[in-house]
Amino acid sequence: MITFDKVSKKFGEITALESASFKVDKGEFVFLTGPSGAGKTTIIRLITGEYLPTSGTIEAASTKISQIPKRRLYLWRRKIGVIFQDYKLFDDRTVFENISVPLGFYKLNLGEIEEKVEKVLKLVGLQERKNLFPAQLAGGELQRTCLARAIVAAPEILLADEPTGNLDPKTAKEMVKLFEEINKKGTTVVMATHNEKVVDLLKTRVIELDRGKIVRDEKQGKYHV
Amino acid sequence: MFKTLKKNIFRSPYQSLAVILNVSLALFLVCIFFLIGAGSKAVLSFFESRPQAIAYLKDGIKSQDVDLLKAKVLSTGKVKEANYISKDDALKIYKDLFKDKPVLLEMVTANFLPASLEISANDISSLKEIAEILKKEPIVEDVDFQEDVVSTLSSWLGSLRKFGLVMAVFLLLNCLLTILVILGMRISRRREEMETLKLLGASSWHIRSPIYLEGIFYGLFSAVISWGLCYLLIIYLTPFLSRVLTGIPIFPVSPIFMLEILGGISFLGSFVGFLGSLIAASRFLRVSR
Repeated sequence: MITFDKVSKKFGEITALESASFKVDKGEFVFLTGPSGAGKTTIIRLITGEYLPTSGTIEAASTKISQIPKRRLYLWRRKIGVIFQDYKLFDDRTVFENISVPLGFYKLNLGEIEEKVEKVLKLVGLQERKNLFPAQLAGGELQRTCLARAIVAAPEILLADEPTGNLDPKTAKEMVKLFEEINKKGTTVVMATHNEKVVDLLKTRVIELDRGKIVRDEKQGKYHV
Repeated sequence: MFKTLKKNIFRSPYQSLAVILNVSLALFLVCIFFLIGAGSKAVLSFFESRPQAIAYLKDGIKSQDVDLLKAKVLSTGKVKEANYISKDDALKIYKDLFKDKPVLLEMVTANFLPASLEISANDISSLKEIAEILKKEPIVEDVDFQEDVVSTLSSWLGSLRKFGLVMAVFLLLNCLLTILVILGMRISRRREEMETLKLLGASSWHIRSPIYLEGIFYGLFSAVISWGLCYLLIIYLTPFLSRVLTGIPIFPVSPIFMLEILGGISFLGSFVGFLGSLIAASRFLRVSR
């Protein structure tokens, strides 16, 4: 599904990622772990096409992401659902409107949009909050709104950058359960986190990074070796 | 798309109002310049269509002499039309002209008025030459020609057109910059939102089209306002201008002509709006990959 082959990313003198090679199969659940500045977010941004690798290649569905022209990058991004660390929700739109944003890129009628949004609202348990604005939501609800927005258009890959970073342990656990549920439906999940409990809960593949290098890639791994 | 447009416009209502007022004022002035230009052209055409030289004929001349004179001036190739006005015709014209002033009609008979030959030249510049030919004719008493009026008017109209064109370009540039600056400010303020939309899978067109639509809306809406104001001004000034320009068939202004102006100014407004948004989008919308 996604293949990193000796991928490096440098920002001037700083090396954010160094010769990273790994492969994520379809339907897999992968944790990217490591301390802040280890290169987790860089990997996510390289997958979305936001960053171009300094060297190496990233391939997804037989297409080299760095070779996708800027004007056609949106087609690749429609296959991905992204959850941002800082939510990136639109303050002037309600929960419902925020979640429906990706559906607006397709030619869907209002009824179809409503049906799809209601379905994910139910999944993330936000039906009662659908008419509220982001400023009126708690941290966990904001993150669940992000999750709903990321999955509403049924992406093949779900990328999550520290989705439990601002959540209390109980809410974080609930969130991870949601991710697991989505993964079981066939969506590939790549989650960057430094939440030990979350990683240990699922016992799935762990790619550990440190100062831009992959130091561990383990199936059914734990946060700590 | 229209929902987004509405949202964008009402998101900063004072900015939107500022654009609309500014562009409306500029397009209103463009409209006025155009109307003055069109009006002057109509006035000039009116004068050009009138006999530009009148040869007053001596009393007691025979019709054969008039025919000979007519044939002579027409044979120069510089005369478009030559019409003989008999004494009786002249009286009829006189009576028609002063029908509201009976005092001036008293005691006037056909004998008081001279017969004449009214001449329209193919080209105003040859009017003097034609007048010289007429003056030499023994049956001609006097020649009256309005070369100065038409040529002065023509020269004025030329200057007015040039001035109007320069002003119109200047005003349209003002419209363009106003739309460009306001849309640029809005794009800058919404840059993060646009970046997020891109990451969520929005195409470039999806992000840019509301900006283009907003620019076109400002131009079009302002054009309609400026046209409405122009029309109201014309309606208000019609009684006054009709008095000043008595006899020149301009007023009342034809609604069809005004609709043509609406079409023109709407196109101009929309084009300037689109151009402003296009430049704003390419200048300020340089989002990352």
